[in-house]
Amino acid sequence: MSMLNIEGLNVWFGRDRDRVDAVKGASFDVGTGESFGLVGESGSGKSTILRAITGLAPTWSGRITVDGRAVEKARPRAFYKQVQMVFQDPYASLHPRHSVDAVLAETLKLHGFTDIDARVAKLLDDVGLGQKFRFRYPHQLSGGQRQRVAIARALAPEPQLLLLDEPTSALDVSVQAEILNLLADLRQGHGLTFLMVSHDLSVVGHMCDRLAVMKDGEIVEVMDVAALRAMKATHPYSQHLLQASV
Amino acid sequence: MADMTLRQWLLTDTPTSRRHAKLSALYQGWLAFRSNTMAMIGLGILLLLVFIAAAAPLLAPHDPFVQNLGNRLAPLGSEGHLLGTDSLGRDILSRLIYGARITLYIVALVALIAPVVGLLVGTVSGYVGGWVDIVLMRITDIFLAFPRLVLALAFVAALGAGIENAVIAISLTAWPPYARIARAETLTIRSSDYIAAIKLQGAGGLRIITKHIWPLCISSLIVRVTLDMAGIILAAAGLGFLGLGAQPPSPEWGAMISEGRRFILDHWWVATMPGLAIFTVSLAFNLLGDGLRDVLDPKAGE
Repeated sequence: MSMLNIEGLNVWFGRDRDRVDAVKGASFDVGTGESFGLVGESGSGKSTILRAITGLAPTWSGRITVDGRAVEKARPRAFYKQVQMVFQDPYASLHPRHSVDAVLAETLKLHGFTDIDARVAKLLDDVGLGQKFRFRYPHQLSGGQRQRVAIARALAPEPQLLLLDEPTSALDVSVQAEILNLLADLRQGHGLTFLMVSHDLSVVGHMCDRLAVMKDGEIVEVMDVAALRAMKATHPYSQHLLQASV
Repeated sequence: MADMTLRQWLLTDTPTSRRHAKLSALYQGWLAFRSNTMAMIGLGILLLLVFIAAAAPLLAPHDPFVQNLGNRLAPLGSEGHLLGTDSLGRDILSRLIYGARITLYIVALVALIAPVVGLLVGTVSGYVGGWVDIVLMRITDIFLAFPRLVLALAFVAALGAGIENAVIAISLTAWPPYARIARAETLTIRSSDYIAAIKLQGAGGLRIITKHIWPLCISSLIVRVTLDMAGIILAAAGLGFLGLGAQPPSPEWGAMISEGRRFILDHWWVATMPGLAIFTVSLAFNLLGDGLRDVLDPKAGE
């Protein structure tokens, strides 16, 4: 059973002579409960795939299917109850004038929950922040704490599919491990499916079951993590990437 | 918790409720503002102005409208008339005190109309984009293309002279710069991750503009408005000076200068005293605006 299926996805920006094709004919499949990685160097279009799935990149063609239902161009709110995203930079993804409480409460309200107070408290516990952070503003939080708030916000609608856009690349190395462990725990606890973008092969090797290697907007190879660990890539570019990361 | 002082309670890093967090943020802003001496002087002058306007009947030594042609153009410090009298023998100090009410009235009305219109036009234009943006911004350009006072003159001429019409005319000419600022801010804000994040919660355009973009635009607008207040007071005074704002015998400061102009060589204080009042209040608004910019600028607060 597949949670996310992508077939022949093209994403482009601009039009006519200014048109840039960011993703060209990408196809892959993520099973329910699986953790799937997208790797590649910057500019290879891996984040763009996430933005196309969520509707933040409006110009795309191809087929995106989430939990058996094809995704339309205009996404209903129910879609966002199923699919959520954690952004790369926790310093940019939280509104500077909204407290943690305001961020989570607004998200819950938008998704039609009524027991907001109890849910905010539970979300904070789930991401390991605790109640004392509830009324702080982003400038009173560290990078890792901010990313935990961003994860709590993504978990608030109780999604099944979580898109992670390099969730640790803006953080200190010591904090990176904490966030990755938190994500792994949450995936187990909530039965989530992950689609994770990263340029760090060791992160993908730690977090994912399978991965796709991207180059210049195209997926050059899909392999499982066992092959990655054994350094058994078939495509020359993936081999090159593996060599570079050792 | 009981042995906490109010100050500690306000400065805590771990607020315990929504109200607590708000009060704490307000108090920290106040502390930052208080450390700016010049801004505090500006605020002090403006508070004094508000007090003078409110207590005008108690403070004014004379009725500002009572004429005494036997004692016209009395010099500074003459008996019973600290700042002298004007060409009709009216006490200048009393007229200045009552004039504070008119000045505040103009300032308050313009501050209510112009930035609100500018904010609406600017944020909608910036967020929606496309042809809405093009239409709204070209309208803004048309208003910006006219010299401000000339446009205000045209409006007053069309609407009829008077203080309310002067306020409307000034507001109509004052909003385009605010629209430009709000649009520029909106353009940077709307592509940020936190707007993308709230879009992913299915929020609509109206919610994003009012709850997420306005709070970030308002601070820079407040700063700009306080800095512009001096110009607005001067524009109102200018309209008064040209006889198109407040009508005699209303003690509007600009109109008082206009009246005193005829005697400026022999009886300089008649025009100078209201001029000094305009200068002081304009300066106070500028100082306040500078201080507010330091406190409210979200980029500096990080």
